[in-house]
Amino acid sequence: MSQGAQSQTPPAVELRDMDKSFYGVFANADVNFSLARGEVHALLGENGAGKSTLCSVIAGLYRPDSGEMLIDGEPTIFKSPKDALAAGVGMVYQHFRLVSNLTVAENLALGNPDVAMRLSQKELEVEAREIGEKYDFPVDPSARIWQLSVGQQQRVEILKLLYRNARILILDEPTAVLTPQEGEALFQTMRVMAEEGRSLIFISHKLHEVKEVSDRVTVLREGRVVGIADTADAEPRDLARMMVGKDLELPTRAANESIGDPMLVVRDLVVQGDRGLDAVNKLSITVNAGEVVGIAGVSGNGQRELAQGIVGLMKVTGGSVHLDGDDVTKMSVLAKIKRGIAYIPQSRLGMGLAPGLSTEDNLALKEYRVPPYSRGPLLSERAFNARGEELIEEFDIRGVRPGLPIRLLSGGNLQKALIAREIVQAHKVLIARSPTRGLDVGATATVRDQILAERDRGIAVLLISEDLDELLALSDRLLVMYEGEIVGDMPASEATAERLGLLMSGQSEEQIA
Amino acid sequence: MNESVLMLTIMAAIGLGTPIVFATVGEILAERSGILNLGVQGMMLVGAVAGFWITFQTENLWLGVLLAMIAGAALSVIHAFNSVTLRVSQIVSGLALTIFGTGVAVFVGRAGDIPLIGEPSPAVFNKPILPEALADLPIVGPLIFGHDALVYLSWIVVAVSSFYLFHTRPGLTVRAVGEDPASAEAAGIDVSRIRYIHVMIGGALAGLGGAYFSLALVPSWLDNPVGPAGWIAIALVILASWRPWRALWAAYLFGAAGRVSFTFQTLGIAIPASLLAMLPFILAILAMLVLTSGKRARFLGAPAALGIPYFREER
Repeated sequence: MSQGAQSQTPPAVELRDMDKSFYGVFANADVNFSLARGEVHALLGENGAGKSTLCSVIAGLYRPDSGEMLIDGEPTIFKSPKDALAAGVGMVYQHFRLVSNLTVAENLALGNPDVAMRLSQKELEVEAREIGEKYDFPVDPSARIWQLSVGQQQRVEILKLLYRNARILILDEPTAVLTPQEGEALFQTMRVMAEEGRSLIFISHKLHEVKEVSDRVTVLREGRVVGIADTADAEPRDLARMMVGKDLELPTRAANESIGDPMLVVRDLVVQGDRGLDAVNKLSITVNAGEVVGIAGVSGNGQRELAQGIVGLMKVTGGSVHLDGDDVTKMSVLAKIKRGIAYIPQSRLGMGLAPGLSTEDNLALKEYRVPPYSRGPLLSERAFNARGEELIEEFDIRGVRPGLPIRLLSGGNLQKALIAREIVQAHKVLIARSPTRGLDVGATATVRDQILAERDRGIAVLLISEDLDELLALSDRLLVMYEGEIVGDMPASEATAERLGLLMSGQSEEQIA
Repeated sequence: MNESVLMLTIMAAIGLGTPIVFATVGEILAERSGILNLGVQGMMLVGAVAGFWITFQTENLWLGVLLAMIAGAALSVIHAFNSVTLRVSQIVSGLALTIFGTGVAVFVGRAGDIPLIGEPSPAVFNKPILPEALADLPIVGPLIFGHDALVYLSWIVVAVSSFYLFHTRPGLTVRAVGEDPASAEAAGIDVSRIRYIHVMIGGALAGLGGAYFSLALVPSWLDNPVGPAGWIAIALVILASWRPWRALWAAYLFGAAGRVSFTFQTLGIAIPASLLAMLPFILAILAMLVLTSGKRARFLGAPAALGIPYFREER
């Protein structure tokens, strides 16, 4: 980066040796970052690379533990987002901060000290319309937020910042919720804002977007800056390699010799996400008996919807799911469990286990309907406890105090309990989402061994994860999911950091080759 | 129905409705900030006894009104602390507040050297405050100009709170806090402060409503001079769909229903009095059933975060 060009005007934002940690874990370390006036600066990195933390520090949500922040050359520490906004720094969060039952104009006025005490809906609407038109951002100011599409809501968020005359705008993965057309419109607006001299930080995982809209790009990995480049000169494959980092360790374990017949066959599956867009878009996968198929991808590309669509927790709007030759697409969750689908969800306490029930009760949650656990409407506590003791012993679940809530267990033991419950009952398919996330080394090894043992027993395993190490350690075949579709399919032994990084950030196989 | 019976019914509706107007508007303000306070009955009773006590001592009605409001607000602070600071169940805290307030009122009324119980109030809100010439006008005279001071105060409270909620920036803040405290906080609003303030305003208005019973309608001290007015106010908030002007009409309708049994007797229609006495409550239940079923509740303007404790997003 040339120093001379920017010497007259100080950068809009500059961070020097900034550190930020949460509960002793570094989210950002030694970060040096600068945002020039009138530039669009992309922040690129995987999940957990520290992009959001970096932006939250700039936007006043967090205070850095050490290091300096300069706004327009002046050392500054914001006490709150309100403080930051007063100084012209605003952020559009991934989860919008809009009051859905109020109108667009009311949302613009909310918490804004420049608005008169006596509200004039009309004046507010006129002003809102003017700003909207200036940035080619037509939004009906009298509409209530809940009446707007997600793309329009995002415009309101940006309007809010422009209305407050923010000079530095931070957009946290703004395209994640947009259709491609809305994304294009957003990029247009971003360019207009930059030309006016506003400075923008743009968080993304998608290389083509970074290429399209940004002037410079800073790559983060594990909380540290690993590269800064002028976007025009940056090679996508270099960026991808920086993003993913270290050379991937190829699995050393033996592949399963006896891969069987197709067990889980998903054809053209369509599942709508919470936002009403198709989060899973005509996706097809086949998992054979005795095979672990890993699905890699940046979170939010439809992995949750894929898993929940297959197990029946989300409504499937198109395509089919076949289990061992039978169509199970429309079956209830219970029917699918009985047919043999076991599921390890990502959130152990949120979806996997009932936090307030005892370990014994949780272990019996999928079996309690049949004898000896229940007879008619009556439950047998003795059978629950006997079964519980058996599983606690077999799966080495530690720290259990009989009768006390399971949430008191550590993460690793919670996961062991969840896996125990899922795999002891008869099943043919196991769907696991990030099963070793947040576990220590020992627990991770145990869980991985259990999943490999499943595979060796002839179970078809679908492993959905954002952790490439985990995927490579377990998968026989590796798929890459991007925007609801499978964009790459390879034997695990042929995966490279560069190839995965490019696929995960939206470059197609043809572009890579 | 002849004209004078109609007039009497309307006048009675305004009289019986006025304390409920205060309490309902107060509860609307609290609920608009997202706090459900089921302690209205308790706050009204505490206000009633506090207002009666000071007026009994000093014969000063306005001192009574002031103390009633302070007492109601003071009691409501307990609820604000429970629900905003401690984030306990608002239902449980509100119900406890009603039980506590009821006990306090009975105790104060029976304690001391000269117990208040059974005593009439030495001063009463019963005089029209506007010139008699106006009140003597046909029909509109008594309807508009013939009321005591607190009736006019209730109209002012309705007009001011409606303007406040829908046409001022602080009012917008209150509505935002009741709808979506997380977004409101992101906009730099102190959610706890807004909630404390509006629960307390609600308490003050409930206390004032209680004093209208002990200083105008009844006007002497009984263990419970307010009847079930606090509960009715809570129901009317829904019937009024959280809008002050609608609360005024709802409270008057309710007052009229309370008067109907008497009217029917006057007109010589034979319906058992106890059956007619149930009318207001049946009306309230029906109104709530019709208005709050399913999606209509949201459409009507129920604050989305009503009754839900707010925990700041923490990381």
